[in-house]
Amino acid sequence: MSKLPKPDQLLQDLDLHKTPEKHWMDIKPTFEPGKYCYAVEPQVMEDLGRPNLGKWQPTDEKWPLPEDWKDRLLKAIRDRMDRFRSFKLFMDICVRCGACADKCHFFLGTGDPKNMPVLRAELIRSIIKGEFSFFGKLFGRLAGARPLTEDVLKEWYYYFYQCTECRRCSVFCPYGIDTAEVTIIMREILHELGIAVDWAMKPVRNSHFIGNHLGLQPHTIKENIDFLLGDIAEITGLNIEVPINKKGAEVLFVTPSADFFADPGIYTFMGYVLLFHHIGLDYTISTYASEGGNFGFFNTLELAKKLHAKIYEEAKRLKVKWILGGECGHQWRIWHQYHNTWFGPFDYLEVPKSPITGTVFEHARDHKVVHICEFTADLIAHGKLKLDPSRNDHLVVTFHDSCNTSRAMGIFEEPRFILKHVCNNFVEMPENTIREKTFCCGSGSGLNTDEYMEIRMRGGFPRANAVDYVYKTYGVNTLACICAIDRATLSALMRYWVPDVAVCGVHELVGNALVMEGEKKRTTDLRYRPLKGMEEEV
Amino acid sequence: MNLLFSLIVLLILILLPIIGVSALGLNSLFAIFIPYLAFAIFFFGLIYRIINWARSPQPFKIPTTCGQQKSLSWIKHSRLESPVSTWEVYLRMFFEIFLFRSLFRNLRADFDGKRLIYGSAKWLWLGAILFHMSFLIILIRHLRFFLNPIPTFIQNISYIDSFFQLGLPPIYITDLLILAGLSFLLLRRLFDAKVNYLSHASDYFPLLLIISIVITGILMRLYVKPDLYAIKQLTYGLATFNPSLPKGKLSLLFYIHLFLVSSLAAYFPFSKLVHMVGVFFSPTRNMANDNRVKRHINPWDYPVKYTTYAEWQEKFRDVMEEAGIPIDEEWGTETLKKA
Repeated sequence: MSKLPKPDQLLQDLDLHKTPEKHWMDIKPTFEPGKYCYAVEPQVMEDLGRPNLGKWQPTDEKWPLPEDWKDRLLKAIRDRMDRFRSFKLFMDICVRCGACADKCHFFLGTGDPKNMPVLRAELIRSIIKGEFSFFGKLFGRLAGARPLTEDVLKEWYYYFYQCTECRRCSVFCPYGIDTAEVTIIMREILHELGIAVDWAMKPVRNSHFIGNHLGLQPHTIKENIDFLLGDIAEITGLNIEVPINKKGAEVLFVTPSADFFADPGIYTFMGYVLLFHHIGLDYTISTYASEGGNFGFFNTLELAKKLHAKIYEEAKRLKVKWILGGECGHQWRIWHQYHNTWFGPFDYLEVPKSPITGTVFEHARDHKVVHICEFTADLIAHGKLKLDPSRNDHLVVTFHDSCNTSRAMGIFEEPRFILKHVCNNFVEMPENTIREKTFCCGSGSGLNTDEYMEIRMRGGFPRANAVDYVYKTYGVNTLACICAIDRATLSALMRYWVPDVAVCGVHELVGNALVMEGEKKRTTDLRYRPLKGMEEEV
Repeated sequence: MNLLFSLIVLLILILLPIIGVSALGLNSLFAIFIPYLAFAIFFFGLIYRIINWARSPQPFKIPTTCGQQKSLSWIKHSRLESPVSTWEVYLRMFFEIFLFRSLFRNLRADFDGKRLIYGSAKWLWLGAILFHMSFLIILIRHLRFFLNPIPTFIQNISYIDSFFQLGLPPIYITDLLILAGLSFLLLRRLFDAKVNYLSHASDYFPLLLIISIVITGILMRLYVKPDLYAIKQLTYGLATFNPSLPKGKLSLLFYIHLFLVSSLAAYFPFSKLVHMVGVFFSPTRNMANDNRVKRHINPWDYPVKYTTYAEWQEKFRDVMEEAGIPIDEEWGTETLKKA
């Protein structure tokens, strides 16, 4: 692993208004430590029955490509143009107005012109023109066309794994060109040769064979939950149970597996458990469908479908009425925008209805899945939760809108409504860095690997910089979010850029604020940090 | 290099009718045949592009949601940025296509010391809207050459457009605005480092071509008074598919103007200019954010093999039993039998 420069040195040479002397087609990608992800181990691909290049690394001078690699790639490109109108259209209609240029967090953190969304798309657009179009072949570079070479392939690997599919550019594009869509499809195309990132693929194997990204086996999940329940008992004095694989429960609750296991997701999970106990929800979690997230989505759509099919078989098996989804970003992109197409119709489920408030979730009447923030906001709006927001008074909270839930779902008010009811100190980051204009954590879409740290810290810089502003202005010490990847990656990002700020899920703060029946006097929050005014007692 | 190449191509395009008409006397070729050919290419080319896009299905419903979703009844959803009903989608599309709403959001990122700041940057929007709207009005004005009698609304538009009565004959406001818009877009492409870097020759060429069309048009109106009667005779003949060369003399400037317009029309379907039609197809804008209300069908969807519960339970049976996690014999054997 490379040495990461100190924060005040990282962006020293960054100039957003300077461009290289050389034409971008003449600049070859270089794979420097900290700036690229390791290639997938062949065994992972073999286990999943996928093509692979054997043992190799991007740094290899010559990649072990099969003889017909070019034909296979061109065929794959044509196939995607035939199957995705989005892709075909986006290749045709860009006018290179440059509105997207400084919207990408990777561009803002690297100054690399190929991180301008328009050029990222040109990396493939130029090949489509150069290989398929008569005029493209005739005019070449003048028309923005070039032939497909091994260097282009390396460039694709480098830059399509330097895009987190956050869709910020697509908000500003006058034609709605969505680089996420381009990246998703380009990663699929690279997969046809077996070119993939190890960190993004290993969770797929785990999730497929075991049930979740972390490879937690059923008994381990149970052990972890029991451990967290022990903490809850210590903090609140309550002995709570979490139903596992319970048949006939009303609701199946599915959340990213990191919530069972990884700090700080575990505190969010404790928040869920307290909430469900507080309202007496008849629910179950599943150790078979134990992953709400989906790294398959960061590789190919087929893999994504493969992994989440479990959720619906489990819903059928357990005979639940509807499904509740935990806090997660890309999980909700896939659930909201893909599941109904892949797995519907859901006639074995019922239109979701809150058993506590009676609210029918009409907006989910066909798909029958509800976001936990929608569920909780409804509970609070009906006054069904007993909350003491002063239990979060030791925190000054700001909220990070996750890319996927923002720009591929539009859930903005629900988490804010919850936050305003569970804590007294809530401030917003600058307006051009939140809501639909929110900045990615810089490590989404399967790039949250250690060997990629320099690019992650650069890509996350715009987000960190906005946090830094509210940290300095309002003394913010807590960054709340509704995404499991965020909880992991923003923690690393904060440690680097704004070390005094901790990252938490919204429901962790709910858990802190919930006044539970029969609980003892709380002196600490769910992380064993003393509550305000309780410093002495702890 | 990009600019130079575009200029050379443009120069050739200007020279062609000059040589063709004044030296070779190919008047009918340039007045009748080429315009017809160009507009046939434009028309059928665009239809080809539309059919080509329409032939590829949109497998998933992927609107970019730039505002609050419709969820709980007491939360106001953003009708424009997160449309649910068809009507809301139409509204969103209208604002995108006629007012360039997304471009209006534009920001410019810059460092203020160590802080990243984002300023409003509406110049691009302004330049774009000046150019496109003026172009539209100029096109409508030009209908007076193809219709007889001239509909009142076209006369009115021309009247309003020359409202300020600058010069004689009065100059059209849109002529000035389109030049302002186009010049801004060209200068921006030349002098904004980022935009310059990402531009191809094929980005300069249409700008230069349209600027030349505008300039030849203005020149004809203000300085080189053409025989308007002759022009109308030709254009009306073209429009009614009864073309003939007029008796009056068509000026060389008119031939250049017409040839450049023909070039633009023929170039249109095979260039980035198809964004005019393509924007209507954009799935991130023209789809409703109603994914959980209405199921979207993917026509090429296919089943994928996944780890079934039965397979999974067999694998973990021992540890599950040990941990006291319930075993489901019924579902396990049922589905295994099916498989």
